[in-house]
Amino acid sequence: MSASVPGAAASVEKTQLAQTRRLAARQTVARVFNVVFLLATCFAIFALAVLLWTIVGRGWDWLSWDLITRMPSRKAEQSGLNSAVLGTIWVISLTSLIAFPLGVGAAIYLEEYAPPSRWTKILQVNIANLSGVPSVVYGLLGLGIFAEMLHLGRVILVGALTMAVLSLPVIIIASQEAIRAVPWSLREAAFGVGATKWQVARHHVLPAAFPGILTGTILAISRAIGETAPLLVAGASAYVATRPDSFFDSYTTLPIQIYNWTALPQKEFRSLAAAGIIVLLLLLLTMNSVAIILRQRATRKARW
Amino acid sequence: MVAQREVVDGTRAAVRVAPVGALEHQAESVAAETVVIAIRDLNVYYGAFHAVADVSFDVPQNRITALIGPSGCGKSTVLRCINRMNDLIPSARVEGRIIYHGIDICGDKVDPVEVRRRIGMVFQKPNPFPKSIYDNVAWGARINGIKGNMDELVERCLRQAALWDEVKDKLKQSGLALSGGQQQRLCIARALAINPDVILMDEPASALDPISTLKIEDLMRDLVRNYTIVIVTHNMQQAARVSDQTVFFSLNERRQGVLVEVSSTRELFTNPRDQRTEDYITGRFG
Repeated sequence: MSASVPGAAASVEKTQLAQTRRLAARQTVARVFNVVFLLATCFAIFALAVLLWTIVGRGWDWLSWDLITRMPSRKAEQSGLNSAVLGTIWVISLTSLIAFPLGVGAAIYLEEYAPPSRWTKILQVNIANLSGVPSVVYGLLGLGIFAEMLHLGRVILVGALTMAVLSLPVIIIASQEAIRAVPWSLREAAFGVGATKWQVARHHVLPAAFPGILTGTILAISRAIGETAPLLVAGASAYVATRPDSFFDSYTTLPIQIYNWTALPQKEFRSLAAAGIIVLLLLLLTMNSVAIILRQRATRKARW
Repeated sequence: MVAQREVVDGTRAAVRVAPVGALEHQAESVAAETVVIAIRDLNVYYGAFHAVADVSFDVPQNRITALIGPSGCGKSTVLRCINRMNDLIPSARVEGRIIYHGIDICGDKVDPVEVRRRIGMVFQKPNPFPKSIYDNVAWGARINGIKGNMDELVERCLRQAALWDEVKDKLKQSGLALSGGQQQRLCIARALAINPDVILMDEPASALDPISTLKIEDLMRDLVRNYTIVIVTHNMQQAARVSDQTVFFSLNERRQGVLVEVSSTRELFTNPRDQRTEDYITGRFG
């Protein structure tokens, strides 16, 4: 058969393509690692699945529209999440409004304006360090500076300022990376037609970096939604039975409400907490999906 | 803007350029022409590295000046000094004078943005903005506050760049949807839109196929009637085909870029005065 292939006959005896023993051993190692990595992935997904299963199993029956329209109560059957959901929305919206422009502004300064000096390097290292500071420390900062030094008290504004400070390092670092990924040739092109630094940043760098900036901001804000400790310290209230209607109202948030319910002795409240977790997850998923849609739209527009 | 102009006029009187004849290596044939840019004793450093040493030559008006030489000899660096593009590299330091219409553009009082408005640039890799073809041309004009009929301006620049017929029906499409050669001509149109009088081209055809390259070269011959062009090229045939004056750079023993010879293109390629030039153009270069 092989002789019928022109030109193959001459070399076919010398060329050996079958697996040698050494290669067989290498392939075995490759297969082993394949399985190891698959197991690692499965473990993560398994943990998530168990978590979801338990939560949904416990909380499903308690999930209803009433849950998010009713105020918290001492009786589990009448208790709801209304003030917590609204509190979370108020705090997170204000956090985004404060943290996004500040974070992106800082990133633009560090990437486009700051001279590459020792001072800039120190600044950069410290921002990276800040993103690793435990969140409860930010809570203390919020309590000390915003609540007490500025005499703002235990209000939404203080919670949002605390969360904004907490999210800033992550937003700055992610935005910097997105800005750095914009090709230098695009900046050159703009400088080449007599643009100023600001015109280059505003018209070219920012639009091109926007999808990446958005991703980083979403991640930071999503993390902030789930935070409990800093808000507990900075002055969120454990029990709020009124709707917030200004930034100077007292507030509670979903994670804090959930935490409080789990601490109560009645068994029903633990199921209620599970239902609260489902609400929190749904809120997170909704926010993330909206952000992903926004990001994909931006990606389609800005391509080089 | 007004303040800028006053500053510019103020410096004009102060700067005196050595006449072209004072440069020994400058060929006679170019000496009689109007000089748009006179480079004198240009030294460029990247940090501690002395990249370009003591370069002096003249760029005559409405002529194509080609900068040739081996890789790393500093020809692109010199080109980027002419419109202060090296300002964007933090470690770069430029010494010497680059006199443009009597003004030293390296002077402290000169705004690099204004320099780049008058001395346009086309880069090695076509780099259109991720915008429509129309906006690619119009953006530079808009940010520089150029008023008037934008449609006319876009059409005129695209015609000058020999691209109008190919794109007139798809001006709203992205500039990135064009072929490489078309993108580069779009970049030339973009440079023309801000009404410069000098255009710098950094190996504008090195990323293009031979047909697109020829188109760019033809275009340069057309443009040079209204503009002054300085081009860096690795391609000696290209320098020989399109340029009027050629500047040959090389590396000295300390790995610094130095100017070896400058003369009319015909003379440099047929009758080089320096042995290093001859070695390079005949392909005997180390």
